This record gives sequence, structure tokens and C-alpha cells, in this order.
Amino acid sequence: MTGAEPKVTLDLALDAGLTAEEYDRILSQLGREPTYAELGLFSALWSEHCAYKHSRVFLARLPQRGPHVLQGPGENAGAIDIGDGWAVVFKIESHNHPSFIEPFQGAATGVGGILRDIFTMGARPIAILDSLRFGELDNPKTLRLVNGVVSGISWYGNCFGCPTVGGEIAFAPEYAGNPLVNVMCVGLVRADQIVRARADGPGNPVFYVGNKTGRDGIHGATMASATFDGHAEERRPTVQVGDPFTEKLLLEACLEVMRTGAVVGLQDMGAAGLACCTAEMPARSGTGMDVELSRVPQRETGMTPYEILLSESQERMLLVAARGREEEVRRIFARWELEAVEIGRVTEGGELTARLNGEVVARVPVDLLAEAPKYRKPTTELSELAERRAFDPLTLPEPRDYGDALIGLLGSPTIASKEWAFRQYDQQVGINTVILPGSDAAVLRVKGTRRALAVSTDGNGRHVFLDPRQGAAMAVCEAARNVCCSGAEPRGVTDCMNFGSPERPEILWQFSEAIEGISLACRALELPVVGGNVSFYNETSGQAILPTPIIGVVGVLDDASLRATQWFKGPGHRVALLGPASVSLGGSEYLWARHRRLAGRLASLDFEVERRVQRAVRAAVSAGLVTAAHDCSEGGVAVALAESCVTGRAVMGCEATLVTTDRTDLALFGEGPSRVVIAVEAARAREFEGLMAESAIPWRWIGTTGGERLVIRVGPQMVVDVDAGQLGRAWRSGFEGHMA
Amino acid sequence: MRFGVVVFPGTWSDCDFHYVVSEVLHQPVRYVWHRERELGQLDCVILPGGFSYGDYLRAGAVAGRSPVVEALRDFVGRGGLVLGSCNGFQILCEAGLLPGVLTRNECLQYRCQSTHLVVENVDTPFTRGLRAGQVLTMPISHGEGKYYADAETLARLKQQNLIVFRYASADGKVTKASNPNGSLDNIAGIVNPEGTVLGMMPHPERASETAMGGTDGLLMFQSLLGTLVEDGTFLKR
Repeated sequence: MTGAEPKVTLDLALDAGLTAEEYDRILSQLGREPTYAELGLFSALWSEHCAYKHSRVFLARLPQRGPHVLQGPGENAGAIDIGDGWAVVFKIESHNHPSFIEPFQGAATGVGGILRDIFTMGARPIAILDSLRFGELDNPKTLRLVNGVVSGISWYGNCFGCPTVGGEIAFAPEYAGNPLVNVMCVGLVRADQIVRARADGPGNPVFYVGNKTGRDGIHGATMASATFDGHAEERRPTVQVGDPFTEKLLLEACLEVMRTGAVVGLQDMGAAGLACCTAEMPARSGTGMDVELSRVPQRETGMTPYEILLSESQERMLLVAARGREEEVRRIFARWELEAVEIGRVTEGGELTARLNGEVVARVPVDLLAEAPKYRKPTTELSELAERRAFDPLTLPEPRDYGDALIGLLGSPTIASKEWAFRQYDQQVGINTVILPGSDAAVLRVKGTRRALAVSTDGNGRHVFLDPRQGAAMAVCEAARNVCCSGAEPRGVTDCMNFGSPERPEILWQFSEAIEGISLACRALELPVVGGNVSFYNETSGQAILPTPIIGVVGVLDDASLRATQWFKGPGHRVALLGPASVSLGGSEYLWARHRRLAGRLASLDFEVERRVQRAVRAAVSAGLVTAAHDCSEGGVAVALAESCVTGRAVMGCEATLVTTDRTDLALFGEGPSRVVIAVEAARAREFEGLMAESAIPWRWIGTTGGERLVIRVGPQMVVDVDAGQLGRAWRSGFEGHMA
Repeated sequence: MRFGVVVFPGTWSDCDFHYVVSEVLHQPVRYVWHRERELGQLDCVILPGGFSYGDYLRAGAVAGRSPVVEALRDFVGRGGLVLGSCNGFQILCEAGLLPGVLTRNECLQYRCQSTHLVVENVDTPFTRGLRAGQVLTMPISHGEGKYYADAETLARLKQQNLIVFRYASADGKVTKASNPNGSLDNIAGIVNPEGTVLGMMPHPERASETAMGGTDGLLMFQSLLGTLVEDGTFLKR
């Protein structure tokens, strides 16, 4: 063993992020002290980021199977059968910590990482969605972060050539010290050609492909497994630097080499780089690996084994090829002007052996590396919650002018148009995007078939904060409902769990409850969770973010031509409101934007009603009855109607009458699950009524499109009468006005 | 009509053009690798969008000096047709096959949006099926699409009627508000004096099917195909 690196002690292990108990376990399992390189392997692979130490016991509760599931969690990404021999591969991942330290590169490499997760499976990425959370826009630091993150996403995605088609951006003070950058990617592959991250077949060659290795990003995984103090910027060297051009070459080369059948397995060198791949790939296959580190292409001199193993340089993959087909692999990568260097072999015996110039620098059982300790730490309900929930928003004064209140809500940055960001993203490359960003779900056709995919992400931190279980369940329902509003049937879920430190019982309680909520909702809607990501430690100086599970849903439209968007298409269409009457101002956007309060109870959620509403919306869209369908979410039915008026190419007015409730603001802006606004051509109203009767859901006609004003009555009383153009201007400038 | 779609490392509109030519127009088409020096029997070569060679140095600068672009000079000399869109336009300018340069958008941001183009020159194989003054709708998607040329070049472009498309409002007015990237004189596309090499920033391949929201791009391809119709029926306006 090499003597060039420091001798490993308990103190060094603690510095590397391991606990004393974990270090003891390593000592007893190895029967000796680890080498410095081995300590590096453990510190990375046993980090929260790689090993899900605190979350695994909870994640096991999620439903992961279903009739369409081709690949569940545990691989680079999940895969779902969509028919016609095609599979959709998708996953969402966070890049929160790096994006706070260096927003442009942090966000860019977040995009790069998730793209690689998709194309390592053999799928061509066809869509990116970004779910972003920031502090409020009155802070100049937030403006810098928004600018940096959006331009980083734009730079990487556009250069690579994958369209950005959706996602959301929301603002709350709790994200000021810890913005969230969650990126979801969706790809297509022939269902029988999915490639997995395995190292089968002892004797098979192991290739290092892609970019050279440098010293960037070392300890990225451990950095993402700790909270920030006031000096987060000092960690900038742990952020990687992206090269979307090389990634594009890597995509084409990987897909080409996979078509030859010479590839046994492929894994992205993401978090913990080479260390992670050389341990996880053989661990999945019950094999081992023997690699020579001096053969790893390096862009710096004098790199130590520790650095080579732990570098998180971007745009690199570890490829296991079929023995005897090495030349094909080399030839294809050479054609794309990329490195493809054979660095070792798959072995029997279940050990990872890393050498430097022949000398062994690490020799560890791969199972020991891949199976980090699991913890079930204590959970406690947040003590302030009972008080917050007990608050009754109806004790607050009502607005004097509901029209002004509506204009204010449409102009609040969370609800307002995000065109400022989306116009910086290529939305169409690949010519699949048949519904562009700006509707409830984006829709991408599947060329050569009649089908299309609908994709949406959703997550409301305020709802989850007040009621983690129901808030998370509502996020699943809303993302699925968004997909249904396009006409598609939801098929699968990916989740990105963004929370504070799991070592705090209150945070772990939020997490555990949120997982339970997601699990309940997914079971009720028969949606498998096929992959995802947990991002803990989103807190700075003790201030945690709002607990924010982001739910990505992928659905299938059997007939791409029967699809719906959220905006009104013409005058004289009847407008219906589907779903239950029960709404609440608790945790609502209205309560925050107008009264700066995060309190109250959420409206109740009935999974059976949710399921029926979703089914009814799909049935109506696929019967060709629907001219617009829009989910009611932040801002309630008044905002949903206003959005349907102003988000299309031409502004369209509408007159609607809502049922009287306790208060007018509750009727207008109250939020509740399972509600959808639908427009139907008057001539087909009867047909629609018949379909709704069969659906056995609560619903009613509430109005008609037309004119240039949005007029809303609550009972007999006219409460809103505003120019739709004025609403449109408020919506367009609410976010952009801060950024320009 | 036999089409070739050039693939540089970093090109991404290649598949889209290939799809439109083969699946929408039902014309023969093949990919042309950037190292090829022989363009053979092709009638029209398309330089698609993307970030060729990562757009390192300047957009299109490296591609403009690549083997296939050298072959393109002979091809153009023989009267072959070349359509460069987005990065393809940048490459044609860098190669000197078209005058002027494309610089960073005035807003200093990438722009992906729908634009209106007023057709100024219908005496090219790419536009002869269109009317002068006709307004087309096509998306743009670029960070470096601000066209610039010196005064002398601009005068020559105007005098020889080489400006083919200009960014305009929906009713065809050339205004500052309708200029998405700060291009000189709202220039969106130009042609060589022979009319055989067209460069444009917008993406006709993204506007060639109803499913994608419009078919104005298809009019350009139909114009091209029309040039091959011997009795010229398509050419009558």
C-alpha cells in the first residue's frame, strides 16, 4: 500500500464527514485501518448524498411497482412502458447546494448531471423541467441567484440541445439562504434496449469515457451532505464546471456505442465520481472491479489516488463493454473525439481494487461501500405547528376591492408569468413540443406513433410546512391533475425531496410525514415512484427551507391530437368548475401575498374524488369536448379563471358566478385540491353534461367566455369586474418587472 | 430533390431537418459528416442549428473552417443550393460564403420565441413560392443572432436585393419592437448574389407541421421543390 498519503486516524475520518461509529464499523469490517484513498471512498459513498443514510428506511414505503414499470429506483433513472415498443426514462434531481455557492455553474451542472442519468440508460433526452425556489425578489442577492441559475440552465440545456419545456419558479423568504434547483429530465428509448448501470461478466473490460479528470468538485457529495454556515462561498472549489459541448458528444457517442450491443453497463460519474461507479456497478452485479488509476485521463499533473477517485469533473462515464469488442468502443468514441480508455476489468470476488502504477491503493469489498449504515433517527412534530394551524384566516379583514386583490395576486412573482426565464430556454429543439411551457403540463409527441407524453412538476412548500402529509399528497395530486388537464393519463412519478437537516427531529418528522403523504397519494392514484432524489441539509445558520417535495409526473396521451391547454380559445364557450366546494385560505398564496401569514389549515383531500375528477377531465379531453382545461392551484378559482383569460395568444374575457361561502375572499382565492376549470363549446354542452353525470363527481357550470372583462359574481353579488388586458399586464410584469 | 444535412460535433437541429425532409416532404436525405470532402450528387445542403464545436472562439468560427465547408465552396461554385439556419447562418458568415457577422443578442440573453418575418426577396429558389411582403411566422432560438455588416456591405445587400427576411410585426411592419436580437435593419436572413446560398437565424424546420404550431417554414421547402418542377406551375404567384 502507498505511503505517500496521510495516515488515517479517527480525526481524519471525522473531518471527512464520517461519524466515530461509522469509522469503527469500517475498522472492524476491514480488520485494519483504511488507507487514505479508502477513507475517501467511504466518506463519499457513505455520505448522505450518495447513501441516503437517513432517508432509506422511509423511502421504502413508496410504491415502486406497477404494470408499466420497466425500471424502478436504484438505477440511473426509472423507466415506464408507454406502448408501441417505447419506454420513457425520467428522473428529477437537485443541485441546490452548488447553485447557492455558484449559481451559474451549479445550475448548469445540475442540468448536465440529470441529462447523463437519462442517456446512460440508452434514452435520448427529449425534455427538461426545472423546479426552482428562491427568496423574495426585493433582495439583490436573490436577483443575482435567479439570473445566475436561469442563465446556467439556459447555457447548458441550449448548447446540449434538449428543450426545456416546463417546471415552476416560486418565491418565499425561507429559500433566501438555500435556493432550490431541481431538474427533471425525460428521455425516450426502445423498451427492449434499456441499458443498466451494471458490471456483469468477470473479465469484461472497464472503460473510462468522456472528459478528462481534474481536481474540480472533490467532496461535492460531502458538501451536499452538510448545512451551510455564513461562509458558504468559501466552498466554491467544490462546485464542478460544466461543458455542455462535450456532454453532447458524449450523448451521441454513448447512444451510438449502445446500438452496437457492445455495452454491458454504463454509469454516469456524478456525485463521488469514479469512486461511486467502481463500487456501485459491481455491487449491483455481485462482481468486483480492478482498476489502474494512472490510466485515467487527467488534465492536471500529480493527482493522488484520492483525488482521482473522488473528482467530480463533469461529462464522464464508466462503461463496461463485452470482452472482445473493445475496438468498436474505441472507434466510436474516437469518431466523436472523446477519450475512451480501458482502465481495468470486471473481477470475481466482490472487491474493488484500485491501483496506482500497479501498486494497490485501495482494496475494499464493494458491498461494504455500497451498503452504508441506515439510520432511523427520532422524529418530532414541529412545536409551533399546532398554533399556526389553529389560526383562522377568516379573522383577517377582507379586501375593499376584490378586483385589485386579484390583480395583485396575478402580479405576485410566484403566480406571474415566467416568460422572462422560459424565453431564455430552447423549448422546441427535437421538434416534439406540441404544448409549449405556459400550460398546466407540457406535451411532447412521440414521433412515429400517435402518442404523446405530458409532463409536469409541482410542489408547494407552504402547504407541506403546515401539513407535511397532506401537503405532499396534494403535490402528487396536483402534478397528476396537471397532466390530466392536457388529456394524458399519469403513468409514473419521480420525486425530489428538499428538506433541512435530518439530524433535527422536526425536519425528519416533516420528511417522514411527506413520504407518507406521497405514498398514500401514489397508491390511491395507482402511480409508481420510479426514481428520485433526497436533498437534505438545505439550511443556513440554522434556518431551514420550507419542506419542499417536488413531484414530477409523466403521463401518456394515446392520441396526441386530442389534447388541451389552459387558455380560453374563443367567446361563447361554457365554463365549468369540476371538483369539491371545500376550499381554505390556510397556507394559501393569497394569505401570504396579502397578509404575509403562513398559517391555517389546508382544505380536505379526498383521494376518491381526486381520482374521479382526474378521470373525468381525461375523458372529456379525449372525447374532444374540451377547449380549455386548467387546474385550480395557487390563488384559487379566481386566479385560475384569470389565467385562462390571459395566458393564451389573445386575451379573452369571461363571466362567472361562484357559490356563496363564508366569505367572498374564500370563494375567490381559497385553495383546495381536486378542482379544475374547463371550457366547452356551447354546442357540445349537453354531451359534456352526460359525461359528467357518468363520472359521479361534484361539478357545475359557472359561466361563459367572451367580452374583454373578467366578471365574477359570488352568489348574486358582483365582486370582480376588471379589464382582462389589465390582468394580463399584471401577470406579464409581476416577475419580469423585477428582473428587467 | 436530394438533400444533405451536415452534422458537426455539437449540431442539434440535424435530426429535425432530416425528419422534415424525409417524413414531411418525402424527399431523399442523408447526413453529411463534418469531415466529408465530397458532397456528391446532392442538390441542397442544409447547415442546421446547434453549437458546432461548442461555438468556441465565436459562433460558427471553427465550423466555418472545417473540411465539409471547404467542400461546400466547390458545391456552391457548381450551383448547388445551401440553406444555413441558426448556427448554419453563423457558419456561412464565418466561412465568408455570406457577408457580415452574427454577434451576441442585444439583450445579452438567449432568445427562444416566435417571430414574424416579412419576405423581401422572392427571386431565390428558397422563396420563389412566396409573395413579396408576405409575413411568415417562425421561431428563433439563439444567443448570437444580431446581424451586423459595415455600411458598404449593407448598401450592397440593399442595392442587390440580397436581404430575404426581416423581423417584423404580425402585419409586416419592420419595427424596433419586432426585432428580437438587435439585428442591423431587422435583418433575419440574407442570400448570396446568385441566390443559391441562404442564411437565416429563424428555424423553418420548427414551423413545418401543424402539430408544431405552424407550417410557414414548409413554404420555403415547397419553394425549393418547386424550383425543380419543369413546367414551373408552382412558381406562378
